[in-house]
Amino acid sequence: MPTLTLIQAVNDGLKVSMRQDESVLVFGEDVGPKGGVFLATEGLTAEFGKARCFDTPLSEDGIIGTAIGMAANGLRPVCEIQFQDFIFPAFDQIVSEAAKLRYRSGGQYTAPMVIRTPYGGGIRGGLYHSQSGEAYFAHTAGLKVVIPSTAYDAKGLLLAAIEDPDPVLFMEPKALYRHEKGEVPEGHYTVDLSTLRTVREGDNVTVFCYGSMVPVVEKAAAKAAEQGIQCEVVDLRTLLPLDEQGVLDAARKTGRCVIVHEAPRFCGYGAEISAMIAENIIEYMEAPVRRVTGFDTPFPNTLEHHYLPDERRVLDAIEEVARY
Amino acid sequence: MQIETAPEPFSVIGANGDVGGHKVTLSDEELIQCYRTMLTVRAFDDVCMKLQRSGRIGFSVPNKGVEACQVGAASALRQSDFFFPSYRDFGMALYHGVHPVEMMHNMFGNNLDAARGRQMPVHFSFTDPIKYFSISSPIGTHLPQAVGAAYAHQMRGEDNVTLASFGDGGTSSLGFHSALNFAGVWKSPVIFLCQNNGWAISCPSDEQTASDGFAIKGAAYGVPGVTVDGNDVLAMHQAVSEAADRARRGEGPTLIEAVTYRMGGHSTSDDPSKYVPKETLEEWAEKDPVKRFREFLTVRGMWTEELESEWSAAAYEQVNSGAKEAESTEGPRLETIFSDVYAELPQHLRRQGEAAFDLAKRKGDADAGGGAFPL
Amino acid sequence: MVPQVIQLIDESGSAVSQLPDLGKDRLRAMFISMLRVRIVDGRMLTLQRAGRIGFVGTSTGMEGAQIGSAAALKAQDWLWSGLREGGAAVMRGLPLAEYVAQMYCNANDTAKGRQMCNHFQHKGSNYPSWSSVIGTQIPHAVGAAYASKMRGEDVVHSVYFGDGATSSNGFHSGMNQAAVWKVPAVFVCVNNGWAISVSAKAQTAAETYAHKASAYGMPAARVDGNDAVACYATMQAAVERARKGDGPSLVVLETYRIMGHSSSDDPSKYRDEDEVAGWIAKDPIQRLEQYLTSQGFLAEGEREKIEAELLAEIDTVIHEQEAAAPMALKTLVEDVYATVPGHLKRQYNDFIEVAERHGDAQPGDGAFPL
Ligand SMILES: Cc1ncc(C[n+]2csc(CCOP(=O)(O)OP(=O)(O)O)c2C)c(N)n1
Ligand SMILES: Cc1ncc(C[n+]2csc(CCOP(=O)(O)OP(=O)(O)O)c2C)c(N)n1
Ligand SMILES: [Mg+2]
Ligand SMILES: [Mg+2]
Repeated sequence: MPTLTLIQAVNDGLKVSMRQDESVLVFGEDVGPKGGVFLATEGLTAEFGKARCFDTPLSEDGIIGTAIGMAANGLRPVCEIQFQDFIFPAFDQIVSEAAKLRYRSGGQYTAPMVIRTPYGGGIRGGLYHSQSGEAYFAHTAGLKVVIPSTAYDAKGLLLAAIEDPDPVLFMEPKALYRHEKGEVPEGHYTVDLSTLRTVREGDNVTVFCYGSMVPVVEKAAAKAAEQGIQCEVVDLRTLLPLDEQGVLDAARKTGRCVIVHEAPRFCGYGAEISAMIAENIIEYMEAPVRRVTGFDTPFPNTLEHHYLPDERRVLDAIEEVARY
Repeated sequence: MQIETAPEPFSVIGANGDVGGHKVTLSDEELIQCYRTMLTVRAFDDVCMKLQRSGRIGFSVPNKGVEACQVGAASALRQSDFFFPSYRDFGMALYHGVHPVEMMHNMFGNNLDAARGRQMPVHFSFTDPIKYFSISSPIGTHLPQAVGAAYAHQMRGEDNVTLASFGDGGTSSLGFHSALNFAGVWKSPVIFLCQNNGWAISCPSDEQTASDGFAIKGAAYGVPGVTVDGNDVLAMHQAVSEAADRARRGEGPTLIEAVTYRMGGHSTSDDPSKYVPKETLEEWAEKDPVKRFREFLTVRGMWTEELESEWSAAAYEQVNSGAKEAESTEGPRLETIFSDVYAELPQHLRRQGEAAFDLAKRKGDADAGGGAFPL
Repeated sequence: MVPQVIQLIDESGSAVSQLPDLGKDRLRAMFISMLRVRIVDGRMLTLQRAGRIGFVGTSTGMEGAQIGSAAALKAQDWLWSGLREGGAAVMRGLPLAEYVAQMYCNANDTAKGRQMCNHFQHKGSNYPSWSSVIGTQIPHAVGAAYASKMRGEDVVHSVYFGDGATSSNGFHSGMNQAAVWKVPAVFVCVNNGWAISVSAKAQTAAETYAHKASAYGMPAARVDGNDAVACYATMQAAVERARKGDGPSLVVLETYRIMGHSSSDDPSKYRDEDEVAGWIAKDPIQRLEQYLTSQGFLAEGEREKIEAELLAEIDTVIHEQEAAAPMALKTLVEDVYATVPGHLKRQYNDFIEVAERHGDAQPGDGAFPL
């Protein structure tokens, strides 16, 4: 099995999909001859031609809006928003249109499409090349929100997303694009949406995380193990619709939970997990839930390493919850 | 049904530096100021490129080829006017007296940077000696903001104008559409400067839109459009001066398309050799705006080899010493993560800041001092 | 360069230029469709006043623009609509019963009562669902046209929107992308003088709405929107241009919104009744009636006869729709995704338990098996 980086796995997934389904097409800013600013779409125009992989004018609203029309007319668009920070001009089309089309038309019209977008910090991108906006979208009924953290999942989830009958926002942790490597099967396979991945098993503390935070949590969990704290690490990988039962089972297993994301805390995704635990299984809890998140500030540049939750902050929370 | 076509770009400096019948309204001093600013932009580019390649700064944006747009436009405006620039416009700030060291503080993201290192490099913000609005990466967002600022000028009865500068790619943004429409309706004292440099990263300008050029887009908003040779400082000066006069007289906005070419990559992260045709680059190298202006100055007897070396050395000296100073300036303090989010620090941020300092101290971080959150 | 306003039949009902060869039957069909729009609108307003339905946005004064232009589309073409194209949908195949069910938002509504009134759809005649958000349908049409072009189909996508919508995001992105991609699309701007209370003159400083096409390198035409035949002919040319692969164009139909923006609006607050009266005098239905009569295509007193038939038709449908079954409660959580996910099933089950206790549920509304 070849070893690929996460970005190579995305590229491979796109190619596999485009080879087997002629209705799949890829477009966005700079995805054509340049192959995307992160090279996710490298080689697609060469292999599939300009009608199936092409550049658009600089309009995110146009990209998503036209993708909806394509999807409603039998194509499977996989469009790219160059940075998640630039998705907001298309917020209207995503939230009011793609996500609601099936419901508002009673199922007559649908928008099966994928919006791929790199998100998150760690590349010195400052306020506008670093954001983690998953909570805005996880609040949107009708949309699916997927965030892989490994090369294997990136390809498998991407293929599942493309084949899904509903619109999927596929957020790629750009910090892991080249750092995350793993064995990736050739050809077609899928990883089911709305399933969790148990990254590591343990009986003492459960840590929920996703995307770029997964390797950070893994390192912290390894350190915790040195002190005899065994962590159950869960990669959520589909934020909406979430495998809620899986989350509750994992939380109940240890009765001590930490939730980690790099997005700001207030009304962040962790708040939902925490509320779910409080509403359903509070009687199994041995300690208050702890969140380790980005600060409730815009994303800084020079000090981004302090903004981003790191191994030490995660470990600190694990220790605190374990000791409680 | 017909499709409209664009006129030839307006230019002043002809072959061998000859301006034909055109009147030159800039004083000798101003002309030299223009030229020296262009040299400073080049020096700044060059130094930043080296700093980036050696890993001392993270990112930079080359300006080679587009200096005349920036400088010609700036020379037509007053210090009291309001600049809403893009990231590829800092020649405007230099022209009006912003010192390179202040830019370098931003390039290094240190504690003297106006944004305290929160922004990426080339995202400047200045208030003195000109109002140079804080740059935001999302394309086009500053255009309606410029119209709003102009509305304030109108309301207060001031004769200041607002310059909104953006690229060919920027015309597809939502901000462009709203801004031109509002400015047309409000007769805003705004100059919309579209620098058509041929590319929006890798998207060529003829794939950006099907219109014949960009000036023509003004018709959709009742805003007059003008096409100018963007490699000609004097043409730029004249077009922007005329637009500014119109705006000051209360006659409303103008859309200026400056036809130019981006001779470098989009940024230091870009490899243009993958998509920019070599022949086009060679063709545009012939039209280099600095060379063009130099020919004009030579005809006027204002340029010599000696002057060139003197000016260039001075530019490099300013930029290099600025870089040195900025590099040795301390980085932003830990608490700058939490400051400037709101005018006053709210409770939840105070708690987060205190926790951050506490942890940093426990883990032995020097930046956390005694662990007390200083805000 | 101000494009000439195209007019084929003048305000007195006389042909002033060569008319397209529509023939008696098609002209009469257009006329009847226009009358139906007026009559249905009137009935809907009555129902709204009586509190039977919530909201109406009429097409009064714009029947010629809507029907004349849409008549130039072929069955396989698509019509991406805004608020006011329901009458064109009926002409193209939307059953009147579904139209009225939508106005009642009842269990017969194909949108399952989720949309507010006056938001039609009809898959059978390629009339997709519209959200209320102005201009959003414009890029949708462009994407769908791209799909048709890619598959080499003989399908043109028309998209309708108002003067106000030209300021929207969707207009800018959609027009630009369409021209770059040269898709088979026709952009139809129904300039009815108003965007709620903002006049078309205050919406933009452009000399005319047709000038907006220049920004995108697209050709444009302006038409007297109260001349249904001119609307037909101009639209026909634009549609055929698109069909031949020559790319998109903008057609501006210059007309007037005689009524308020909707049943919730009182236009007397912001506009001059004289202006309205001037436009009432240019009534598109009357103009076509005069022309048809002059050609001997319509007999003396025939209009009244047709109107009576149309009234009977709509009243029968209203009567049926008044008696619709209650909406199934599961529609609350269905169609959010292709299948109802676990969290929505659980949310529904919690809800239905309470509803059942209070006697709000019907047989069939019961819980999802988990
Ligand atoms: C809303 C938004 N979308 C995408 C980007 C990514 N991006 C940065 S610069 C750029 C191209 C801009 O081209 P142009 O407006 O012509 O300006 P130029 O760089 O040529 O000066 C793009 C696509 C962005 N910054 N903002
Ligand atoms: C994005 C958005 N903003 C505001 C509104 C509220 N609104 C509904 S209709 C309308 C005016 C539309 O005018 P126009 O496009 O001319 O269409 P008309 O109603 O005249 O047919 C407004 C402002 C909306 N529906 N969507
Ligand atoms: Mg450009
Ligand atoms: Mg209107």
